[in-house]
Amino acid sequence: MLLPVGDLYQLIDQEARGEGSVIAALEAVQARCRYLPRAALILAGERFHLPLADVYAVATFYNAFSLKPKGRHCLQVCMGTACHVRGSPRVLERLATRLGVSPGATTRDREFTLETVNCLGACALGPIVVADGEYSGQMTAPKAEMLWKRLTRQAAEAQHA
Amino acid sequence: MLKTPPSPLEAAPAPANGRDPQLHQLADLADWRAALTAADQPNQPAITVCGGTGCRVYGSERVCQALQRELAARGDGRPVRVTGCHGFCERGPLVVLHPQRLMYTRVKPEDAAEIAAATVDGGRVLDRLLYTEPQSGARLPYETEVPFYKHQHRLVLDLNGTLDPLSLADYVAAGGYAALAKALALTPAAVIAEVKASGLRGRGGAGFPTGQKWDLCRRQPGDVKYVICNADEGDPGAYMDRSIMEGNPHRVLEGMLIGAYAIGARRGFVYIRNEYPLAVKHLRAAIAQAEARGLLGENILGSGFDFRVSVRLGSGAFVCGEETALMASIEGRVGEPRPRPPYPAEAGLWGKPTNINNVKSWAAVPLILANGADWYAQLGTPTSKGTLIFSVVGKINNTGLVEVPLGISLRRLIFDIGGGIPGGKAFKAAQIGGPSGGCIPAEHLDTSIDYESLTALGAIVGSGGLVVADEDTCMVDFARYFMQFTQEESCGKCVPCRVGTQAMLATLERICAGHGQPGDVDYLLELGEMIKRSSLCGLGQTAPNPVLSTLRYFRAEYDAHILHKRCPAKVCKGLITYAIQPERCSGCQVCLRNCPAGAIHGAKQQIHTIDPAVCTRCGLCQSVCKFDAVTVN
Ligand SMILES: Cc1cc2nc3c(=O)[nH]c(=O)nc-3n(C[C@H](O)[C@H](O)[C@H](O)COP(=O)(O)O)c2cc1C
Ligand code: SF4
Ligand code: FES
Ligand code: FES
Repeated sequence: MLLPVGDLYQLIDQEARGEGSVIAALEAVQARCRYLPRAALILAGERFHLPLADVYAVATFYNAFSLKPKGRHCLQVCMGTACHVRGSPRVLERLATRLGVSPGATTRDREFTLETVNCLGACALGPIVVADGEYSGQMTAPKAEMLWKRLTRQAAEAQHA
Repeated sequence: MLKTPPSPLEAAPAPANGRDPQLHQLADLADWRAALTAADQPNQPAITVCGGTGCRVYGSERVCQALQRELAARGDGRPVRVTGCHGFCERGPLVVLHPQRLMYTRVKPEDAAEIAAATVDGGRVLDRLLYTEPQSGARLPYETEVPFYKHQHRLVLDLNGTLDPLSLADYVAAGGYAALAKALALTPAAVIAEVKASGLRGRGGAGFPTGQKWDLCRRQPGDVKYVICNADEGDPGAYMDRSIMEGNPHRVLEGMLIGAYAIGARRGFVYIRNEYPLAVKHLRAAIAQAEARGLLGENILGSGFDFRVSVRLGSGAFVCGEETALMASIEGRVGEPRPRPPYPAEAGLWGKPTNINNVKSWAAVPLILANGADWYAQLGTPTSKGTLIFSVVGKINNTGLVEVPLGISLRRLIFDIGGGIPGGKAFKAAQIGGPSGGCIPAEHLDTSIDYESLTALGAIVGSGGLVVADEDTCMVDFARYFMQFTQEESCGKCVPCRVGTQAMLATLERICAGHGQPGDVDYLLELGEMIKRSSLCGLGQTAPNPVLSTLRYFRAEYDAHILHKRCPAKVCKGLITYAIQPERCSGCQVCLRNCPAGAIHGAKQQIHTIDPAVCTRCGLCQSVCKFDAVTVN
């Protein structure tokens, strides 16, 4: 989501006024925009009196930050140990093939981002896939296929509506 | 890098219950507890529904709502509480009827009406919802009889299945904050002596004696000191820290309060992974409640001791679990480790003396203070006291969280509590300690689980992650998985770890792809020893362990891959081929239609074949064939 510069500054300023660090400020921006726009890095540097290079270092070090806009829908495949031994690589592979992107990337139409995560705390039901916060357990490649079909259908319907 | 979900900026925590009193002095707390327990008849009926992540995925929230509706419809006043994870996630959603501790497993919302009619109204037990012992087929009604719980020793996790984690009153009624009251009546030195005498060792990995660490920090000059709770839980197959914070956040706070009092810190931080939204929410709620009642803030319980705690979200980097990187991250910098000394106890957060402990270590402290060091030290071995919590996952029947005394054998943990290996498969190894740990093969199943014995075998207690591998697990691929994880998570600050893990990973990938060469094993051994010796932080120093320990016990599997181009477990794609057995194929064309690579040929009613040059070895044909005609070689 694109935010006006004034709103971005407000988000960053709010953290700076509290006891937040530049990391907290970037987290706030990431949560709102689903990525870190260029302007946010510059504003954060000014507000926290840090060189842009330092802000960039933080923004690229932590996995939670993304410098590219993410898709409307987020698909996360758990690659934690428990899910791995129960076959999550195959689930990931199937989703990657169907979406035509590698893990971490966003489809060209900005509909889907495919991500991998580590242990989501539901190992008893592994492999786990989370689609926009909704968990599916005991995933297999065929079930991933069904999930992908359902999501693309929903996305298409949402576009028509 | 592995990506993490978007940051969950949680809504403001629920305000504390308006009827909870303000606690100005020690006596107020005792009075409140007395009032709570008097109103709450012991053995009063109640129902708890597990609200841990696993059970939520199975739909426990709807189960809870359905039960509440049924009870409301009959005017039954017993509380229905959503609790933290009960540990037995495999059988969720779990519903437990108190005081008998009658346990129903795999409960669906549709079952609520029958539970209300039969069990609540009629006192009848519903057989079909009981836990069934796989071997004997016996149905076991009570939680305490189920082997998964019977052989455990749940101290830190004891209240996880009974408390409403969002209720301070629940915790106080169960004896919560009594240990704090006890500690505040002692001198800081006496509190530390007690923790030392208990023999508690850090549960975050290294196993350093907790009391000794506190003492070091207390002796440092200066009046600004910090305590930190390390809730970064980076091991990619462990979730016990999360469950403690979700299920009993006040116990973690109480431990931190006691530690801060002993050390002389007035400020504390909980550094918690932002992938754990529920744990963040519960911890923030607990902090707000404790502040509102006077258990956090100034002059706590009239003792003159001040303490405040804030939550800091980790932004998804495994290395931030390392203590110096974690502190850099709290300070708002890139989370790179720095050389020690100086240790955090000397110069930690913002250069001030800092004591950092793991969630499980903090959560054990109130138990030690409340029940005495001797009580805690009864459990365990001469050098490892108390209990350990494992998250037991992988190829095991009872996936879940297990708390056992140190010194228990691996065999008991895996077979008596874990219920053994599913599908009648053979046990191959247990990987303990996550990406820094090592594996223990079948011949060492009778080893005692304690810090020293595991280290001697090339594994570590570490984080407490325990992954079971069976005959279908390829140990080379397993080692490759962990190496990939640590390579991706290496912060890149020092060369041995940054370059060395890449070289090891590339070699392992080559072996798994079928291009291994004689000499690869020696190269891995040499590189592994070098990385361990020369890396800056614990990540690099332990990264080769999974490879070295699989080489130690499963050398033959490496040789099969390298010399014979064979993957004995039939996992590594470069070394397997899929084929259709002609005598079983019915020519139904299901595999042909499903093959994403178009590698299958054959007309209807004719025997099909797979073209190995086109096949991507995705295994889909095998999973869709109804006649078991597809085999792997
Ligand atoms: C790469 C790396 C990751 C670590 N991750 C964690 C972690 O997730 N949780 C934790 O408590 N300790 C972790 N540690 C250990 C901490 O550095 C530190 O030893 C621990 O928090 C001390 O607490 P304890 O004495 O209670 O064990 C990690 C260490 C390293 C080297
Ligand atoms: S050992 Fe690895 S993770 Fe640790 S400081 Fe060096 S490069 Fe970073
Ligand atoms: S490893 Fe996937 S949920 Fe734990
Ligand atoms: S989540 Fe319910 S038992 Fe673990």
